[in-house]
Amino acid sequence: MTERLLPPGKYFIQGNIACAEAALIAGCRFFAGYPITPSSEILEWMSYRLPQVGGYFIQMEDEIASIMAVLGASNAGIKSMTATSGPGFSLMQEGIGFGMMTETPCVVVNVQRGGPSTGIPTLVGQGDVMQAKWGSHGDYEAIVYVPNSVQEMFDLTIKAFNASEEYRQPVILLADQVVSHMYGPLVIPPYEEIKIVNRKLPCVPPSIPDFKPFDARYEVPPMALAGMGYRVHVTGLTHDERGYPHYTHEVSTWCVQHLVSKVRNNAKKIWEVERFMLEGADIVVITYGITSRPSYQAVKMARSEGIKAGMLRLITLWPFPDEIVKKVSEQAKVLVVPEINMGQMIHPVKEVAECIVVGLSWAPGAVPTPDIILDMIRSVSR
Amino acid sequence: MPKEILAKKHPDDDLIRVDRMPHIWCPGCGIGIVMKCYIKAIKESGIPPERHVVVSGIGCSSRLPGYVNIDSYHTTHGRAIPFAIGMNIVKPELEITVIAGDGDLITIGGNHFIHAIRRNHDINVVLINNFIYGMTGGQHGATTPIGSKTSSAPYGTIDNPFNIPLLAASLGAPFVARWTTFHVRQLTDAMLKAMKVNGLAFIEVLSPCPTQYGKDNSFPTGLDMMRYFKKMCVINHEADLRTVDIDLKSGKPIIIGNFIHKEKPSYNDMERKLIEGIMKEMKSHG
Repeated sequence: MTERLLPPGKYFIQGNIACAEAALIAGCRFFAGYPITPSSEILEWMSYRLPQVGGYFIQMEDEIASIMAVLGASNAGIKSMTATSGPGFSLMQEGIGFGMMTETPCVVVNVQRGGPSTGIPTLVGQGDVMQAKWGSHGDYEAIVYVPNSVQEMFDLTIKAFNASEEYRQPVILLADQVVSHMYGPLVIPPYEEIKIVNRKLPCVPPSIPDFKPFDARYEVPPMALAGMGYRVHVTGLTHDERGYPHYTHEVSTWCVQHLVSKVRNNAKKIWEVERFMLEGADIVVITYGITSRPSYQAVKMARSEGIKAGMLRLITLWPFPDEIVKKVSEQAKVLVVPEINMGQMIHPVKEVAECIVVGLSWAPGAVPTPDIILDMIRSVSR
Repeated sequence: MPKEILAKKHPDDDLIRVDRMPHIWCPGCGIGIVMKCYIKAIKESGIPPERHVVVSGIGCSSRLPGYVNIDSYHTTHGRAIPFAIGMNIVKPELEITVIAGDGDLITIGGNHFIHAIRRNHDINVVLINNFIYGMTGGQHGATTPIGSKTSSAPYGTIDNPFNIPLLAASLGAPFVARWTTFHVRQLTDAMLKAMKVNGLAFIEVLSPCPTQYGKDNSFPTGLDMMRYFKKMCVINHEADLRTVDIDLKSGKPIIIGNFIHKEKPSYNDMERKLIEGIMKEMKSHG
């Protein structure tokens, strides 16, 4: 049903609205959320748009309820989403872990603001990049997309839905206040050019004896939904292929290895980066999200000064594109990692880098200007 | 192991996950009785088992879904209701019953409980109240009668418990009942009524926990509390709900019954109406 979706064409639109419209095009028909700056436009726009396209919107009593309602709707077979910011993202972590353990697809948008705690609600931050990976307890592999433009708020929302359906797990769109509130150009291509992935459903009839909802023969098991007749048991406990709780080390080994390996084995398929002026670059800025925007400028300015600077932008933070970063570092002398936090993504970069890694830690509340990044490039080039 | 097998199959085996037996519940626990009543209600509901869904949170009571052979969701602590709401909104044809304990639904999950009733989602909520956190070792919660000795209140509790039927009624629930594990017929009947209610149907079931509550509070066996239920319960469907609080001590009767049973539009009704209005307006505007 493409009726009443935002038609293909050129728009000048807000990042959060681009995200919401992309979700609808991706097939999202359920949104549960709780108002929080700077993500509220997504909630508001979904409340206006979902009923028009035959979907459902509900404003819940808190973020915990929101993520749980999203997981409930997804287990009934409807693509579902929520959107929040730091404090709400913290509250959602247990639910996200439940989604990981039960292999329930959904998209969680976290529009980052300044932190910790209430921080600066109306201004930018990138302090949730580690939380996006490690936020819930226990082992799982997060898939996290980080947009740097209105166009990417659209494109990566669709990719987040696709990845969540393909790998059967919550996927995070990790935006920030500037990208989300930014108005910018958006091109929606013809719908037939937009790849949409839908979760696989069981192809055996429900009457089959010993149906296994988490069948180990599959890297990603087909999803038996509520009401289909498979009589599934879905639990957040460590479980076997049948979905039954088991506490033996053998079952635990299978369960957590299954959860991490479905992403680890496909990491190279999921990775996305942008390479910018990397030819012969000695100094490479490793960047992501809004911080990449002044970095383009800084790299160009450095080149005009004769400094061999380049930039690698991480579009997927997690799974971390370690091989790509490593390869870039092998040809570089210094990696510079500017981020609007006190040094977070610098750690996985350091883990793989074959050269010196220097961080540029910038407190939340403002985006570093090109000059600041340029100064850092200059200082490490000497 | 019994030497003689009297019956190879229990009449409810089709709705029990026999391959998961034995269950985890202690001797004297009442949760199995609630499960039996629920299975009976499913059978008598006229709704095929494939359309029934049971959702729980965490705790002894929340293990119930794992043993019932229908679509069952064992979610996180206190969050069964919002999970069930999401499922109910997108698939209203499912008959969703939340079954969980007092600590889960009314203590950690209290916020979801009150808002779900306020919005009147079309789900059934069966709260098994054994007055204690059983699974974690007998700590008190928001339903533990004042003065009870618990593993985290060795000198006795000093905080007042909820009067849950009064709370549910004050929020406008179209169905509010309280029964005990002694009243199996009435409980099954209340569950059947709940399944037919349009909106949130709430049943509190008082249940013995000799292992974690009874041992330190004068109910050392399950039977002790069952006898107490038999002796002290008074059925009064018209009860003034301000008077139905429970203290298990002073000789005060436990008031039980189907307190509220009324018609009220559900959240789903309101939403359907809203969407119809939006569709109509969009059509008239081309």
